[in-house]
Amino acid sequence: MQKEDPGLYDYWPYKDRPKLEWPNGARVALWVAPNIEFYELDPPANPKRTPWPRPTPAILPYAQRDYGNRAGHWRMMEVMDRCGVRGSVSLNVALCEHHPELIEECVKRDWEFYSHGIYNTRYCYDMDEAQERAIIEDAIETVRKHTGQTIAGWLAPALTHTERTMDLLAEYGLLYTCDLFCDDQPQPVKVKSGRFISIPYSLEMNDIIVYNFNFQAPRRYADMLKANFDQLYEEGAASGTVMCIPLHAYAVGQPHRIQPFAEALEYITGHDDVWVTTGREIAQWYLDHHYDTALKDIAKYKAGAAGG
Amino acid sequence: MALPDDYLKYPKRAYGMDHDRYTWSILQKRPKVAWPNGARIALWVVPALEFFPLDQPAQPFRAPGGMVTPYPDLRHYTLRDYGNRVGVFRVFKLLDALAIKASVAVNSKVAQRYPLLIDEIDARGWEVIAGGVDMGRLHYGGMDAAAEMAQVRESLSVLREATGQAVTGWLSPAKSESENTLDLVAAEGVDYVCDWINDDMPYEIETKYGTIHSMPHAHEIDDQTIMMGYHHSEAQFVDQVRDQFDVLYGETETEGGRIMAVTIHPWMSGQPHRIRALEAALAHIMAHDGVWSATGAEILAAFKGQG
Repeated sequence: MQKEDPGLYDYWPYKDRPKLEWPNGARVALWVAPNIEFYELDPPANPKRTPWPRPTPAILPYAQRDYGNRAGHWRMMEVMDRCGVRGSVSLNVALCEHHPELIEECVKRDWEFYSHGIYNTRYCYDMDEAQERAIIEDAIETVRKHTGQTIAGWLAPALTHTERTMDLLAEYGLLYTCDLFCDDQPQPVKVKSGRFISIPYSLEMNDIIVYNFNFQAPRRYADMLKANFDQLYEEGAASGTVMCIPLHAYAVGQPHRIQPFAEALEYITGHDDVWVTTGREIAQWYLDHHYDTALKDIAKYKAGAAGG
Repeated sequence: MALPDDYLKYPKRAYGMDHDRYTWSILQKRPKVAWPNGARIALWVVPALEFFPLDQPAQPFRAPGGMVTPYPDLRHYTLRDYGNRVGVFRVFKLLDALAIKASVAVNSKVAQRYPLLIDEIDARGWEVIAGGVDMGRLHYGGMDAAAEMAQVRESLSVLREATGQAVTGWLSPAKSESENTLDLVAAEGVDYVCDWINDDMPYEIETKYGTIHSMPHAHEIDDQTIMMGYHHSEAQFVDQVRDQFDVLYGETETEGGRIMAVTIHPWMSGQPHRIRALEAALAHIMAHDGVWSATGAEILAAFKGQG
């Protein structure tokens, strides 16, 4: 039966929260999350979603995405290198097998890897528990084998979920989800076992949303990134905020888009008191220093709680 | 209900691509390319001369830019026909003024209906790329192979007859291919296709009839993509073409020669309020040293000649 609320978190107003303190007094925790994706040319049918808008082989959208791995990734990575930013890779883990050279470059740079499913053309809708466990275990094992890392985060493949996804991720020891877009700070997520949090992964700042869904131009994207940062930086003086820049090399790595992005990232990382970090580091810091305080504060707002 | 077990099987999960048409390769790891006379950029300008039939089929899908309203959609038919009557002459005049050589992607129906346009191309010594039959005759997955072969032959034979050229380039309407298109066009003597938008440089494509090449026909800075697809302004179109060029030009300092492709639809850029935007974009490119304006066939020949 469908519910009116996902039941993953309680209402927790932004005003009057306990102060969030980042390492060294930083105002904003900045993390950049390149999605490194593999879309299949001929994926299996899914009852809830058609992978491609054209008959197979849908070579136009397929090639558009392949561009990121062949050509765009390098440009994006060089801009991040120049700005001293380590990526937190939202990874379709099959890419480890298809394009290990890209994975090696990210490993060399000490980037973080977290899971974005097996392929971006395999959706979680309608999976039973065993199937969902299988893809989580696959992601953990594949990333460990190819990078030595144990994944801490999850962005659902093509943003497809079931109602049990968060419980399973917590059970397998993951620390954070990127799938909740309701906040500019981390927050605890209600799961059956363990401690699990959401960290902000912005769809508003996501290049593919900006370009392919909202149809904005590259220089406007740069303006949006700067404005988003300026506001979070100002508010971060009072209590720490998170800025996430989710990227896709097939979008931002295009020649006509890379320079405005580079200017925005240089602007952002040119500020003092910005913690340039990764998803895992944000999650671990929050769990170590703020999770318990947050739970207590959230409890104040529960219906019937004394004192309000 | 759970998904079938096959949904979690990945038969193509292995090194490289999930098909056999081309090999996986990273642009920045390939040998550097040198263009003739030390040029840094090969400029490949590709106007498309298209015929959108009034009875354009809706299945399997309509090429972007096609008919929208119930039949007879005079509005979109005539807006597209504007390109062949009026817009094309503004575009050609501009290319002449900037001394730019073009490869014109032509639906064979255009050559039959408006032979004067073939004369205009011929007089300039430009290349003709086969653009299929018309914008209603798509190539698409699952179509009958014999019917598709007839379509390929119709396009190539009409254009070869009309131009006297070998016609070795192919651009599928709406960049849509069936599983057989690459084999069929290779069988009919096509050397390069313009449908694959996954690279900035040529690369080899395998077919049943030998190796052909993919050429990097611009899609993301195409006038139709930007101004119709994304609803950007003319000024934003100019910004994006210039920014594309500046980045590619800069890369030639360390990465070897690059290709700057500019794709133009006369029904779009040939409008009075847009032609000067196209002029501003192209004039920026032509103001640089080391820009070699060439046809697709010439660029590919130079690329293949790298040894």
